[in-house]
Amino acid sequence: MGSAGYDNIKIAVRDLTKLFSNNSHNLHALEAINLEVGEGEFFCLLGPSGCGKSTLLNIMAGFEKPTAGKVLIGGEEIKAPNPRYVTVFQDYGIFPWRTVQENVEFGLEIKGVNGSERENIAKEFIKLVGLCGFEKRHPYELSGGMKQRVSLARALAVNPEIIFMDEPFGAVDALTRMKLQEELVKIWGKENKTIIFVTHDIDEAIYLGDRIAVMTPVPGKIKSILEVTMSRPRIRTGSDFLGIKEKIYSEFFGLEKCQQKVKL
Amino acid sequence: MRDLLQIPIRILVNRIPPLLVAGIFISVWQGLSMLVYSEFLLPSPSATLGAIFELLINGILINHLLTSLSRVFIGFTLAASLAIPFGLILGWYGRAMNAFNPLIQILRPISPIAWIPLAILWFGIGDRPAIFIIFITSFFPVLITSASAVRNIDASIIKAAVNFGARGTGMLKKVVLPACFPQIVVGLRISLGIAWVIIVAAEMVGMRSGLGFMILDARNFLRIDMVVAGMVIIGLVGLGLDRLVCSIENKIRRRYGFSGV
Repeated sequence: MGSAGYDNIKIAVRDLTKLFSNNSHNLHALEAINLEVGEGEFFCLLGPSGCGKSTLLNIMAGFEKPTAGKVLIGGEEIKAPNPRYVTVFQDYGIFPWRTVQENVEFGLEIKGVNGSERENIAKEFIKLVGLCGFEKRHPYELSGGMKQRVSLARALAVNPEIIFMDEPFGAVDALTRMKLQEELVKIWGKENKTIIFVTHDIDEAIYLGDRIAVMTPVPGKIKSILEVTMSRPRIRTGSDFLGIKEKIYSEFFGLEKCQQKVKL
Repeated sequence: MRDLLQIPIRILVNRIPPLLVAGIFISVWQGLSMLVYSEFLLPSPSATLGAIFELLINGILINHLLTSLSRVFIGFTLAASLAIPFGLILGWYGRAMNAFNPLIQILRPISPIAWIPLAILWFGIGDRPAIFIIFITSFFPVLITSASAVRNIDASIIKAAVNFGARGTGMLKKVVLPACFPQIVVGLRISLGIAWVIIVAAEMVGMRSGLGFMILDARNFLRIDMVVAGMVIIGLVGLGLDRLVCSIENKIRRRYGFSGV
């Protein structure tokens, strides 16, 4: 599997297996995952709940250890979380006792960046995610979409090479989600980061991804990887968009079943 | 204009029912003391008020009140300053929790009053056994809320902090403490309330001063009006303590980004 026209391979997943065992029961969460993601690529992991996509992301980000196999980032095996690869969580993971500004400054504070520089960097990314004027607010005063913007700004502020996103828009309403998707594509275009994006939303994956890994459950594995060559911004109702959607449906349900459903 | 009128109306609507309940309670009390019982068995509200004034004027009340309050304050502060760090450690390290939890669960249900004989044997007569009893009273609730506060921190918050490279004291000061603080303060408020209940009992059993002793002493002189006066004062001071800590708690909750209660 190549990585669709990207010169440098950023992330390589090699023969990755993950077993969860509790008492006598074994759950095969991931089996024989092989994957390569190019530098600067927007890569989506798409699948139903329980297909192991979040587990795969957690292993890539260093939060969990694989049972077998390994993840290489820039040629080095990843063993622990690292500020060069930042994760954005579905439930935000932002600090309720800190204001928006202080949340975005957190990673810089830990890095030891001095106060005024920290403030300037944070301001820049707060502006980028469209939260100007909310710097002094606390998270409980913000909507779900705004909280996720804070989380994204906080991730971008430490200038990471990779951003891992674990169903980041799963908890916001459908219209807000579309707006956030549009803005994420714009930010990705400007900031040149490699993004690994986990979702169960087919439209979201097609709208965002350069490539989409379609995953199936029990055991969790990658069924196929689809390339999305449409230029951005993508039109959600365009015929090529729907064409890819049909391809993905057939990956999940089989082609004949899919066409039968269309006839009905 | 209509809005301006509505505000006083809303205040009235909120204030009237509690006043009404209190009024009914005092009337029933007055009625019972007049009709059913003698003044000896149940002093009337007016007699109680008189006893409160008497105790205020001769200075006895202030003395005993300050004695009780200072015992609670010292015992409570000592307990909190040990229980909070110990609780944080137990919450953070699952193994420590595993090791200590059975012991804690055995010691915790022992009523602090049961410690009084030992407290007097160990510390003699005076403030120190009372302070020890309050220490025992406050220690376990604060310990347990502190430990569970750490365990209840949102997993994503810890993961995010680890991701940005936070560890050691940075993790403790910048993440764990602020994340736990509001819940710890709730634990402090609850245990202060229990401490105020226990101090009176402790002073009745083994002390020669404090509000509990004052009540017992009044009974020995058959000044039942002063017994009830003592009870009323205990209730009012308890309410005051709770209001005070509640307002501090609300300030802290706002400061730490949680909406007030």
